[in-house]
Amino acid sequence: MCALCGVLGGDGHWTDAAARPGVFTRNTDTMQRRRERMHRVSCARRVLGHYRLTLSDWQGASYLLSTATGKTEIVDNLTHLWAAAEKLLGRPCDPLDPALLEYLEPADG
Amino acid sequence: MVEFTPVNLITGFLGAGKTTLLKRLLAEPALGDTAVLINEFGEIGLDHHLLERIDETMVLLPSGCVCCTVRGELSAAIKALHSRRERGEVPAFRRLVVESTGLADPFPILSTVQNDAVLRHHFRLGNVIAAVDAVNGAGQLARHPESAKQVAVADRLVLTKTDIGEPEAVAGLLNDLRRLNPSAPLWRAAEEPIDADSLLSHDVFALAGRSDRALQWFAEELAAGRRRPVDRHDTRIRAFSLVFEGEVDWTMFGIWLTMLLNRHGEKVLRVKGILNVMGASMPVAVHGVQHLVHPPVHMAAWPDEDRRSRLVFIVDGLDPAAIERSLAAFLGRPA
Repeated sequence: MCALCGVLGGDGHWTDAAARPGVFTRNTDTMQRRRERMHRVSCARRVLGHYRLTLSDWQGASYLLSTATGKTEIVDNLTHLWAAAEKLLGRPCDPLDPALLEYLEPADG
Repeated sequence: MVEFTPVNLITGFLGAGKTTLLKRLLAEPALGDTAVLINEFGEIGLDHHLLERIDETMVLLPSGCVCCTVRGELSAAIKALHSRRERGEVPAFRRLVVESTGLADPFPILSTVQNDAVLRHHFRLGNVIAAVDAVNGAGQLARHPESAKQVAVADRLVLTKTDIGEPEAVAGLLNDLRRLNPSAPLWRAAEEPIDADSLLSHDVFALAGRSDRALQWFAEELAAGRRRPVDRHDTRIRAFSLVFEGEVDWTMFGIWLTMLLNRHGEKVLRVKGILNVMGASMPVAVHGVQHLVHPPVHMAAWPDEDRRSRLVFIVDGLDPAAIERSLAAFLGRPA
């Protein structure tokens, strides 16, 4: 358990799989872990932009998800990210939603 | 390095022959270091003169297997077994086989093993084996969604009672099984020997360092891709494959799949595939069942010259074209 926030362990999300033989992960050393987190934040922002939400890294341990008006949630991993985004927005975040896909698709596509 | 004990699940509808299959597997010497969790001792018809009773819920079989009944929660039963193994009270089993009840949705069992705070440090998921009855299977698939779900999430299919089924009915059932699950290897229990090793141990995790096994796994996927399922509009569950060129941004793929499973997890019965990941020289295997994704596996080698990424989905009521468009949009590719 984290002594600061009382969060019980990580939940071992597959995108943060613990490094062990045979497992593909970018969770092997500090530099790689940081690089991956930066890249994850930038990828997630691309999608979250459609919902006018922003994401930032918090102490290399969690993420801060905020609305344009400043409502903020702390999220541990990608699963919590989408649940938290839906809670902040009050509506589902559906990756099959045509409006989101039009936002993401290349302009010339 | 901690060695994770694989957990296999044997599922199948009521009367599908799970217990008969288990009984047959338990006789194999290869299963000597296996622990088995069942619901009732009575069902399995064990020879009571040969086995050694450890306590009221646990027996030691002549083959060396530990066999116990689940009382209450499955996670408590597995933890108790693990604790007794650590204390040396039962033989040091290296595999655990769980037989589910016929009406059970396999997903909660898989989720328990993968997500339980204690279990996930000692156990990992192995193959899911579904027994399907050749006589009543087609009717069960049509009438009971649990039955179709058990087939869709399985890594291995065992067709039972083919000796008493009508050949036309068996052929029809095979067609249905291939529509629900195009890639799982299938055994006909009544007519051919069942190799316990192939059935239980050739799982996605075991192939990480083995290029021969990787080849076999790929072969199953490729065969599934070629065997385009007949699209029948009367059924909601169907399989389809996506093949795409070039390298994949792993992080973006993770964001996409997590978002898809967050919203539609219960409808994505299965996703399995290999990806050509940007920055990685060897392919990465992904394997998920509903909301649960196994830790991705870094494979030892490419099976052939084809460097394209391939994903097979089994979905319940989702539109394959929408999934394809969505993945392309996330990865920044033209749809």
